[in-house]
Amino acid sequence: MSSYSVTEPSAGQKWVAGALVATYALITLLPLIWIFATSFKTPYDAIAYPPKVIFDPTVEGYVNLFTTRTRIPIDQVGNLPPPANFAEQIVRDQGMMITGPSRYGARFLNSIIIGFGSTFLSVFLGTLAAYAFSRFRVPLKDDLMFFILSTRMMPPIAVAIPIFLMFRELGLSDTHLGMILLYTAVNISLAVWLLKGFIDEIPREYEEAALIDGYTRFQAFYKVVLPQAATGIASTAIFCLIFAWNEYAFAVLLTSGTAQTAPPFIPTIIGVGGQDWPAVAAGATLFLIPVLLFTVLLRKHLLRGITFGAVRK
Amino acid sequence: MAEVVLDRIRKTFGSTVALDDVSMTIPDGSFVVLLGPTGAGKTTTLRVISGLERADAGDVYIGGRLMNELTPAERNVAMVFQQYSLYPHLTVRQNLEFPLKSPLLRTPREEIDRKVEAVAKVLQISHKLDNKATALSGGEMQRVSIGRALVRSPAIYLMDEPLSSLDAKLRADLRVELKSIQADFGATLLYVTHDQIEAMTMATHVGVLDHGRLVQFSSPREIYEDPVSIYAASRLGQPRINILPADIFGSAPPNARSMGLRPEQITQGSGEESTVIRVEHLGDQTRLHLAFRNHTIITVTNTHTELSAGSTVRIEPHNPFFFDADGQRIR
Repeated sequence: MSSYSVTEPSAGQKWVAGALVATYALITLLPLIWIFATSFKTPYDAIAYPPKVIFDPTVEGYVNLFTTRTRIPIDQVGNLPPPANFAEQIVRDQGMMITGPSRYGARFLNSIIIGFGSTFLSVFLGTLAAYAFSRFRVPLKDDLMFFILSTRMMPPIAVAIPIFLMFRELGLSDTHLGMILLYTAVNISLAVWLLKGFIDEIPREYEEAALIDGYTRFQAFYKVVLPQAATGIASTAIFCLIFAWNEYAFAVLLTSGTAQTAPPFIPTIIGVGGQDWPAVAAGATLFLIPVLLFTVLLRKHLLRGITFGAVRK
Repeated sequence: MAEVVLDRIRKTFGSTVALDDVSMTIPDGSFVVLLGPTGAGKTTTLRVISGLERADAGDVYIGGRLMNELTPAERNVAMVFQQYSLYPHLTVRQNLEFPLKSPLLRTPREEIDRKVEAVAKVLQISHKLDNKATALSGGEMQRVSIGRALVRSPAIYLMDEPLSSLDAKLRADLRVELKSIQADFGATLLYVTHDQIEAMTMATHVGVLDHGRLVQFSSPREIYEDPVSIYAASRLGQPRINILPADIFGSAPPNARSMGLRPEQITQGSGEESTVIRVEHLGDQTRLHLAFRNHTIITVTNTHTELSAGSTVRIEPHNPFFFDADGQRIR
């Protein structure tokens, strides 16, 4: 055990450090706070100058996000039944009426299917590949690892046109499967490299002990290696999900209807009846929640060390 | 329990020869200790028997069955690793249960509990059963690691320096315990150690390995009293055997290059004069460091000796070993 003499920082130093961290956090969080605040403003407040920091919050943006509306025709004013719920009331106050649900819900669901689907596939395939690269004598191992990495050496969008043509030929355009495969292909190199690092750190003795304890190699893998790779798997999954969740360019190019994800859809919200910034902000705010939740849920694994020295070094 | 036979095993790692034509029969119910410095091939021998390594050539038989193509699980061997390798995500109890729950054994619940409790008691870890494996001291981890082998009744126990990280008292206790497990249950053990006390006290047979070659395989007493070479003679005995020029006391057999003298092969009180350099009182043993014709000889003497540095002692060899230029024994 090495001994360090660490002096407790003084109260002043702590205060300065705390202030610096808080300032930095505020700067990085400001755009998010801005979006969040805008989602609760009226369209008028959203574009007010100077910007309104204090305002009367309204869920108008959220109602508009989930509905399609039309202006109430002059001849019908006064003939409509009273609003059935608060959402209808809010829409009526704008001189509009609800004509149906918007496509945001469906797009959001697409994002969930494609984002989590490709994350699962990337991590699943990545773990198996990383384990093989880490433990087995694979011919041309270094070259293969480099080849896998090289798929990330140009921006994925550089190959957009060939992929577009390929998808059209294969009938993968605007399908969930197509988008899952595409995001998996982009993420797999990251997953293999990250996970190989984590699995390399797990001493082989554990598996050897399990093999001798009467387990097959595959059983040793999932009973002994996987639990210890949990940290690595969790952080890899977060990175994969963040990419797939936020991806915009391919989604614009390759999806238009059934498989369209939320990112290309959100900007289209702005079109109906003037610039509806609060609805866009509401769409963006809700869109942040799944990734945030996923990260918070897996945080425990991110913070925990890999092993605590049960193997004597 | 079963007899284990190694037949002309060869194993290389790249250009390094780890095992060179090793043949050995480990009789059923025996306690075989492998001795040799680091790199002699002791651990590799264990790994080849367990199936973790495949031999380049040669055959491994356990209980008369050829094992070469079988997986470690199929060989029914238990192994204690030098690096104690407890599963860090499991508790002590789960670690001990792990081999019993394997698809190979599928032990019923009551039997698992009974065996785990019994082994935990022997190894003095009963109070730690529900601790996380990572929350143990080094010695406790190693005991759990031994326990994980002892819960089973394998064809052979393979142990790679299992006691090296324990304190002296526990080491002595477990030495007795392992020996009685072997004696009471007729277990077969192959045991790797650097510690010659472990070899002398526990072994029924000792195998001496030198750069991947098995140079001698016999009872510890025979290796001590009748070594085949300087190398084998140096493995056992404290203080170590003294190696001197063959003719230092006069006559020597032809071809003899060196003479080996264990303390009991040195008669004190007659013969040639030597000077005491140092007297070491070890309690149960008193060692004399003697200067004799530009050589230092270390021997033992009466515990309550009157000798001190500067005294003169007469010494004379008694049935010494003679070795040729290659260090091989001349008989």
